[in-house]
Amino acid sequence: MRYVLRRLLLVPVPLLLVVAFVFVVLRLTGDPVAIYLGLDATPEQEELLRAEMHLDEPIPLQFAWFLADLLQGDFGTSIQFKTPAMAVVAERLEATLVLLGLGLGLAVGLGVLAGVACAVWKDRLPDFVLSILAVAGQSMPSFWLGILLIQFFALDLGWLPTSGRGGWDHLVLPTVTLATFLVPNFILVTRISVLETAREQFVTTARARGARGARTLWLHVLPNAINPVVSLVGLQLGRLMGGAVVTETIFAWPGVGRLMVSAIFQRDVPIVVASVFIVAVTIVVANLLVDLVQAAIDPRIRMR
Amino acid sequence: MRVFGPRLKVGIGLALVLGMAFVALSADWLAPHDPYAQNLMMRLRPPVWADRGSWLHPLGTDNFGRDLLSRLIHGSRLSIAVGLLAMLVALSIGTVLGLLAGYLGGRTEQVVMRFADAYQALPEILLAIVIVAVFGGGITVLILVLGFAGWETYTRVVFNLTRSLRERPFVEAAVASGAGSRYVMARHILPQMAPVLTVIATLQVAQLILQETALSFLGLGLPPPTATWGNILAEGRDRLLVAPWIANLAGGAIILLVLGVNLLGNGLRETLDPKRAGRA
Repeated sequence: MRYVLRRLLLVPVPLLLVVAFVFVVLRLTGDPVAIYLGLDATPEQEELLRAEMHLDEPIPLQFAWFLADLLQGDFGTSIQFKTPAMAVVAERLEATLVLLGLGLGLAVGLGVLAGVACAVWKDRLPDFVLSILAVAGQSMPSFWLGILLIQFFALDLGWLPTSGRGGWDHLVLPTVTLATFLVPNFILVTRISVLETAREQFVTTARARGARGARTLWLHVLPNAINPVVSLVGLQLGRLMGGAVVTETIFAWPGVGRLMVSAIFQRDVPIVVASVFIVAVTIVVANLLVDLVQAAIDPRIRMR
Repeated sequence: MRVFGPRLKVGIGLALVLGMAFVALSADWLAPHDPYAQNLMMRLRPPVWADRGSWLHPLGTDNFGRDLLSRLIHGSRLSIAVGLLAMLVALSIGTVLGLLAGYLGGRTEQVVMRFADAYQALPEILLAIVIVAVFGGGITVLILVLGFAGWETYTRVVFNLTRSLRERPFVEAAVASGAGSRYVMARHILPQMAPVLTVIATLQVAQLILQETALSFLGLGLPPPTATWGNILAEGRDRLLVAPWIANLAGGAIILLVLGVNLLGNGLRETLDPKRAGRA
């Protein structure tokens, strides 16, 4: 319980860092009013926003006001949509979460299975082939993979839609693209973790007491080897998000990532800031979940 | 089944990397055409092995009739330069911070390492997007964004190594003989880390090249018409039905270079750290 409380106390730190970073970058450009309003703003509008953003006050106070606005969910008004930026972003969040969840799930499932296969048949054909595939996968630009999948399954064979959101068939190609981007690391980490756990004394003991290969693997090795894989989920969240931005752009998936990229081209800074904040919150919450899962699996973490 | 050992990996990796480096260095001289010269009479010509292909444009042309081979050759320059320079930025920041945290300990350690922890929780793509949204794309912005995103891996490794090296007899001897902190760090501790840092830096270059091409592909890297592999791929995506070779040749170029760097890095890791490679 103390571990959970201490972990919860750490939650605001990365978020504050993100907010501070955004604040500094916005102020570095000189006049944030110009960025927030776009090109066709009247002087009256500028004056109004200048007062609203407290730009006549000292910098630390400005930061406090900025933070207070964000905490109330006020990210300003979107230049493209003329509605509150947060509402626009919140509407897209579900699509992104669906993609992230499916992609991560598929990547962990495939990665763990392939990693275990590598460890079981170490230095034999499955290990050799899967390890080569893993290195090749790490070198594969995910946007090209997405484009290859579109060419083959959507254009040549006509089995799946090229882009957009609709039934389950719209999910297949984006999920596969996102998962392929993550699978190699899960294969390599699972492989090493299983191999190292298999050398532990309790595994030797289990074998000596007559437990057979498959039984030792599932009951003794895997439960103890899974923790590094769970940590990897936490470490990969940033890459996962980057992969989602790319995947959403390739497949015109109506999520936060695609919104963010198009907002940059429209110079719609309120949307960019709101999306960045939402994504950061998603990642911080996901990291929290990963840590809690780890603590639940491994009592040693709770004791620290 | 040790056929694909470290030697073969280093060999293939080095061959690919050196080949690409040669192409990048002699781009002006190798490229058959000006990569930016448009010729609207020669739009979307296929590569030489397809019907209607010709040796005039061995890999075909793009939507503006620009020679694809020349654009890919010039693109290698930007990818390699951005990857290497961004790696150097990350390496310098990360190593200095890690050395200071590990050697000085105490409050420096607390501040640097907690900052690294919090920083790790942020996805670098977000930082990149905010910066590009506000400042716009450009090669300096790109190098700095990618470099600043990747420092904390080095800090963690250098920190742990420094802490253990500080206790070693040769470092204690240097301190006892009156050497200053800066001298000990630069002359006794840093050289010990060269192999580990080489491996991390090599593998990071591969990741940075992928990130650069991904940002270019999203339109957040160097603005078109600059010939980067990511830009060429993005242009090819819009012409998939009529000219799939544009996207696929750019993708092929990216994977060859990144695979080469990755093989080199993995091979070096197994060569420089045989104990770990043997265990894993």
